[in-house]
Amino acid sequence: MDENLRELYQEIILDHSRHPRHFGALGAANHVAEGHNPLCGDRVKVYLQVDDKGRIADVSFEGRGCAISVASASLMTEMLKGRTIEDAETLMGGFLDMVKGENVGGLKGDDRELLEVMAGVSAFPMRVKCATLAWHAMKAALENEGVARTE
Amino acid sequence: MNAELQMTSDAYDVAALRRDFPILARKVHGKPLVYLDNAASAQKPKPVLDAMRNFTTSEYANVHRGVHYLSGAATERYEQARRRVQRFLNAAREDEIIFTKGGTEAINLVAASFVAPRIEPGDEIVLSIMEHHSNIVPWHFLRERQGAVLKWVEVSDLGELDPADVARAITPRTRLVAISHMSNVLGTKTALGEIVRLAHAKNVPVLADGCQGAVHGTVDVQDLDVDFYALTGHKLYGPTGIGVLYGKRAHLKTMRPYQGGGEMIREVTRANVTYADAPMRFEAGTPPIVQTVGLAAALDYLDSVGRERSAAHEMTLARAATRRLKELNGIRIIGEAHDKGPIISFEAIGIHAHDLATILDREGVAVRGGHHCAQPLMERFNVAGTARASFALYNTLEEVDALIAAVGEARKVFG
Repeated sequence: MDENLRELYQEIILDHSRHPRHFGALGAANHVAEGHNPLCGDRVKVYLQVDDKGRIADVSFEGRGCAISVASASLMTEMLKGRTIEDAETLMGGFLDMVKGENVGGLKGDDRELLEVMAGVSAFPMRVKCATLAWHAMKAALENEGVARTE
Repeated sequence: MNAELQMTSDAYDVAALRRDFPILARKVHGKPLVYLDNAASAQKPKPVLDAMRNFTTSEYANVHRGVHYLSGAATERYEQARRRVQRFLNAAREDEIIFTKGGTEAINLVAASFVAPRIEPGDEIVLSIMEHHSNIVPWHFLRERQGAVLKWVEVSDLGELDPADVARAITPRTRLVAISHMSNVLGTKTALGEIVRLAHAKNVPVLADGCQGAVHGTVDVQDLDVDFYALTGHKLYGPTGIGVLYGKRAHLKTMRPYQGGGEMIREVTRANVTYADAPMRFEAGTPPIVQTVGLAAALDYLDSVGRERSAAHEMTLARAATRRLKELNGIRIIGEAHDKGPIISFEAIGIHAHDLATILDREGVAVRGGHHCAQPLMERFNVAGTARASFALYNTLEEVDALIAAVGEARKVFG
């Protein structure tokens, strides 16, 4: 199997896709949005509970999709819990740059280390939208948009 | 081997055919290309490319306009292409052949010019659950805009469509039956002639989406007695941007124009406009002239190979691939109709269709992964998407081996 493929489907990605973290609806959520990729039918719904200090107290997601989109959503929920909205937006910017193969300067320290498992996506331009779907839904939720689409 | 068998197997020389398709020699990700996405679009043989180039470099001008030499020559080639399509479909008359930009436009033309003026709120369109979006969305337009009702005919678990179910769905309010000749997902061939017979017994016209059906085997619109038949050039080894609507003369005469513009008129004044007869009435503006020449060359090419023979070759490959996929554990074939074409949709349990298609791609194997523009059908079979391998006249048994090996690789990755 070629190196790019091995990098894309590394064990940690497969593990997240098989056993997604924070999976299911979140009753206490005050920000919710759906991400939908009409081209492949993938759907993800992101739930955020943001406290009055602008901190993400809890987060979850549900939906269906390919290994890349589910793993990316699962990783995202792990990263976001306890972070501020501002942090979430910075993380998203850095993550988007990384999977598009642009610079990863936006991600620092542990964040970079944790998200770098998704960097292999950059060798598969057709799959970038799979990796970013949950992140767009998260942003739409924070902005109370309700729906995010990647096409 | 007896002489007759010898001749049959010698006669289908797939290696020689492959040399006609320059793209098949290329590699993808360092692996030989195994192109199994033919139901999405087929590759183009040299005779098609040459015909378009030669026409463009020696005879090109606009059609049906000028009095100069080239305009006459180009018009002759354009009308020759129309007669070529007429022969391909065995239409009774050449003016029953309308050039469109594709299968989608052909169906939209019928919806806008034939069906829409006949729709009162509550009138019905009967269609099958396995239609491509191009044979669904134009009818949704009529639902949204004019209150038409879509009546869906289900398929069996094998993906078969019972003509009797189509007949049962027809009521006095049915204005059209819109049915695929061959499903682009399941490969199911529909009993089109029987469906037409049953619909006509209730005075309901039938439109067939022939975008797949026309590629694999012969089509005789007079024998089928179908009212409209839509097809597209690029799946028939021809160029993109060219499609065909066959329509019975009796219907075309009653139909209002589709788009307005040059070439479709008889006379335009400040106060009024009168329209040309079919087919010109439905070909507003400069048509895809070069593409019609390419389409005619593609039909010549297909007939030189032999439509029944290429279809038989494709089915040999499809049967081998189906059998070997089923030998692997955890593969579900979606669509096992008794009468089907060389299109195989399958699901690898636990592997999303896009992950599967990505891994196959790295092995050089091009398949489609997703909903195949048939979301109602995906819902019917309770899948988010499938992988689809579809065979063309230039595919080989070695390519079936490559497909099976690549699916094996994917299963290793996902353990």
